[in-house]
Amino acid sequence: MSTDIPKGGPSAVKLADSDFAADHRPSDLGGALRDYWAQVRSGDLGAVPAVLGIAGLVVLFTALRPETFLSDRNIANLFTQALPVTILAMGLVFVLLLGEIDLSAGVTSGVCACVMAKLMVSAGQPWYVAVLAALAAGVVIGTAIGWLVAVVRIPSFVVTLALFLGLQGITLWLVGEGGTVPVRDDVIVALANKNMPVALGWALAVVCAVGYAASQFWRWQRQSARGLAAKPVQLVALRVVAVAVVLLAGTYLLSQDRAPSPLITLAGIPWGVPLVAVLLIICTFVLGRTAYGRHVYAVGGNAEAARRAGVNVTRIRVSVFMIASTLAAVAGIVAASRLNSVTPSEGSGNTLLYAVGAAVIGGTSLFGGRGKARDAVLGGLVVAIIDNGLGLLGTKAYLNFLITGSVLLFAASIDALARRRRSATGR
Amino acid sequence: MPVTPVLELRGIDKSYGAVKVLYDVAFTAYPGEVTALVGDNGAGKTTLVKGIGGVHPFDSGEYYFEGAPVRLGSPRDAAALGIEVVHQDLALCENLDIVENMFLGRERTRGLALDEAGMEAAATSTLSGLSVRTMGSVRRRVSDLSGGQRQTVALARAVLWDSRLVVLDEPAAALGVAQTQQVLELVRRLADKGLAVVLISHNMNDVFAVSDRIATLYLGHMVAQVRTGDVTHRQVVELITSGRSGDLGLPR
Repeated sequence: MSTDIPKGGPSAVKLADSDFAADHRPSDLGGALRDYWAQVRSGDLGAVPAVLGIAGLVVLFTALRPETFLSDRNIANLFTQALPVTILAMGLVFVLLLGEIDLSAGVTSGVCACVMAKLMVSAGQPWYVAVLAALAAGVVIGTAIGWLVAVVRIPSFVVTLALFLGLQGITLWLVGEGGTVPVRDDVIVALANKNMPVALGWALAVVCAVGYAASQFWRWQRQSARGLAAKPVQLVALRVVAVAVVLLAGTYLLSQDRAPSPLITLAGIPWGVPLVAVLLIICTFVLGRTAYGRHVYAVGGNAEAARRAGVNVTRIRVSVFMIASTLAAVAGIVAASRLNSVTPSEGSGNTLLYAVGAAVIGGTSLFGGRGKARDAVLGGLVVAIIDNGLGLLGTKAYLNFLITGSVLLFAASIDALARRRRSATGR
Repeated sequence: MPVTPVLELRGIDKSYGAVKVLYDVAFTAYPGEVTALVGDNGAGKTTLVKGIGGVHPFDSGEYYFEGAPVRLGSPRDAAALGIEVVHQDLALCENLDIVENMFLGRERTRGLALDEAGMEAAATSTLSGLSVRTMGSVRRRVSDLSGGQRQTVALARAVLWDSRLVVLDEPAAALGVAQTQQVLELVRRLADKGLAVVLISHNMNDVFAVSDRIATLYLGHMVAQVRTGDVTHRQVVELITSGRSGDLGLPR
């Protein structure tokens, strides 16, 4: 062999951090904070802007409307307001992770809600048949979009813009000019208008908090037992405590009697909230813990690399549009429940803008590859708080549009600037 | 010859439309050896590599892998045989970490969920086995890594998957001196582990530092495949630029 390279001599490798020292060094809170700060400085902001946004907006609107904004009734109202936007945004996160866009998600929710309402009213079908049909409609629409984008290779922007118009036509045709389809089924109406029994709400909150704590600590224990990279135990504990406090405080607020008259009691968590919680858990698991989720991130980060690594890129592309449209159907059902009816304009207007805004405000990048399911929940809350607060302030409609548009633009600017920062630091 | 070559190509032809790129090319790569593939721009190096990796299959000719004739239709076929091509543009996902990249497309699972702990342990031991110790943490995002470290991750992926043949397209093209040195050491270690390594490079110093054989392409013809010890620096440069050098290369 003709080589003058020293063969793995120790001198060549005695550099900093030998043998993955960072993975075995007992990590502490200070180190984790420094790591996080380095991450923020390089343009990866995570959930911080959304959490700060929620806190800032709550302070702002409490100061402006101290007697109404933080009332128990308004908080419950705010949560139900956030439901459709959050669910829609959660589906959009999948699409945005690939750097694609689904402009038709809003009207898809309208069409699916319409399918459900028509089946119950005109065909007299039970609610579960109607709901299944609405979900099926979502799957069909998503498959069509996915096929056009991934196989025919039309930009998703154009495909979904065309569907944005076309699907409004279908809703109009289904509802009939000028009409609305009422939704009176008890189960569907309960989704956004009825509350869980208080005791059940508490039980669920406690189960969620304990379950989260158990999963986090179990994971930490497994990682550190096998000498793998793990977050410091203090950080894990801090997270668990924060999540538990938010869960229990929210349950406490929603468990207060918020009935306007002392003759009746109105208390408990709206049924839609556990629905969002279940969707959040499922989506978080799918994105973070399954091979499918890993492939979604990979295709969003570098589609060519994913293809060479053997990922079926076309299948991933089609699937995210199917997920987005199916979740849009769920959002449409919740929206119909909230309004007790489906109108021809259901899901058009600013519905989609709010949902995209929610995902981006929550921290999902419009450029693909970055984002989490929880972004939809955090961003959905921000959007709902703005909507709700402006409503309480009685702002004029034109101002409403201007403010909401600015917020979306602001969030997108942060995303774009963070991305520039990332490429500037070589990240 | 006692050793079966891992890769043996005979009479390879390849055209893109009316343009003929490879003429009757023969090429062999042996286990435990680094075979350097050199040639000027447009000589057909990349085309040859794309054919080996199944990206653009050859028009005609014989393709033997470990002695057996094979037909490659796609990169997947190549990967299934144990051929790993590390492209010039590294084909890593910057938003994923080292472990995630190394297992991309071949994730280990336990039921529905990913077996993160198992993958992390395997990645760490593979990198340690290659004496790669400058990464800090295997959970670092690839976007945080330097060019040389990225190259290392791409190479480690080949080892992790038990590849028999690793083709490296200009691994040191964008690297500094120290990083190039590290990557070349790694290339040598891959060969010492018994893999067949094909290294494309423009840098004669790199080629002479690590290779056991040198194959020279000149305008689509394989003009010489010789042992590195049997030729001089100058001869190789002549082969690259004019296709012949003394008795070597194209007939006069």
